[in-house]
Amino acid sequence: MSSRGSKMEEVKLFGYWVSPFCRSVEIALNIKGIQYEYIEEDLTNKSPQLLQYNPVYKKIPVLLHNGKPIVESMVILEYIDETWKNNPILPEDPFEKARARFWANFVDQKCFPALWKTIWSTSEQYEQNKAEALERLKVLENELGGKRFFGGDSIGMVDIVANFIGFSFRTIQEALKLDVFTEDNFPKLWEWAENFANCSPVKKCLPPQDKLIANFPPAYMGKTLVSSFQSRLQLQFHPPAAAK
Amino acid sequence: MEETGGVKLLGFWVSPFAQRVKWALKLKGVQYEYIEEDIYNKSPLLSKLNPVYGMVPVLVHNGKPISESIIILEYIDEVWKQAPLLPQDPYERAQARFWAKFAEEKVRQSVWEAMCSSGEEKQKAVKSAVEAFEEFEKELKRRGTKFFGGETIGFVDIVAGCISYQLALHEEVGSIKILDSSKFPAISEWIKNFLNHPLINEGLPQKDQMFAYFSKRSKEIASQKMSHKTA
Repeated sequence: MSSRGSKMEEVKLFGYWVSPFCRSVEIALNIKGIQYEYIEEDLTNKSPQLLQYNPVYKKIPVLLHNGKPIVESMVILEYIDETWKNNPILPEDPFEKARARFWANFVDQKCFPALWKTIWSTSEQYEQNKAEALERLKVLENELGGKRFFGGDSIGMVDIVANFIGFSFRTIQEALKLDVFTEDNFPKLWEWAENFANCSPVKKCLPPQDKLIANFPPAYMGKTLVSSFQSRLQLQFHPPAAAK
Repeated sequence: MEETGGVKLLGFWVSPFAQRVKWALKLKGVQYEYIEEDIYNKSPLLSKLNPVYGMVPVLVHNGKPISESIIILEYIDEVWKQAPLLPQDPYERAQARFWAKFAEEKVRQSVWEAMCSSGEEKQKAVKSAVEAFEEFEKELKRRGTKFFGGETIGFVDIVAGCISYQLALHEEVGSIKILDSSKFPAISEWIKNFLNHPLINEGLPQKDQMFAYFSKRSKEIASQKMSHKTA
């Protein structure tokens, strides 16, 4: 992984290892071969730097480039693509670019929240939340079509933003024995996820699956959610039988 | 102005999202055909051009549809290079995108929610809206320019611009007060300057018609919420 560009540029990323928003930025930096310093934030005890660099939201990820902060993962992805021109993550053509932005937005605003809800469903809520998630994934599966990646032959912005679907969600789903994203229901997306997780810019920043489960949900989400998740893992959450 | 090829815009008369696109096209001097859609009775054309959401605005250029207002603004800026909306420098562009997202998600959205909700929910929404306005005011003051984009109207101005002609109506319909001009002098001045631009002010919907529409909509939304609660 070599640093492109003629001068040494200081790139730092303030992140949280579980966060898929942070992972998006790492994948983009890896695609471009940018060397960066990663700083893990304790979100229960945010650093003065984080508060200084992101005063409006006080959230990760924060990219610091030559001392200047950029926040919001999608804004950071656009910045990275405009600053380092090798291995573009967005298409050149304005219409195709608009299309990629549209689908990245769809993943971010429609797919992620729907999948997230299924993880936190009570047994009464599960079927309805699952139905919504299936609907969203179906739209995504149709968009993928016969392509290897949403970006074509190599991963692009949509694939990057969908990293939660490609990796973390499947891991958590399996641990909870949920049946939302299955190979039977979504054969194309399933294959996409396998290819995605095996790409070297992605593989470089994926945590081991058992570490993800052992540390999910993150502590900053609160004791109630953490203990609820742990007890579900023990119960191996099963959706209610249809007859009930 | 090398681009030829038909430009069509599907919109809805009161939609602030469609208005953003109209402003961008007008500022760039791009001729377009406007098609009014009844969003409560969607045409086959709209469903075909925006199959995922079935919403306006949709820009059609050379037969190809682009949807989502902020994405359309980026497209317009990339295709028609005159009167640029975004700055050239990547860092400044990132700042503009950040504040545009903030204007949409925190400023506009919270005002709408404050108008349409009641009781404790309304109080919370008003508080969020005021906090968002405070951040926006701070940033405007920090920049010290006539508009967010500098001396000319830019990306953030266009995205945030809906508050210039709809905020007062939302406040009236929702019986809320957010923009106290003594508390927000920079925003108040910005609104004045923004509406002073002839291309911005031209063709805005009639205030009484907007008032009637927002009154009706906020009642409908309130009753939908009640039926969800009592179900």
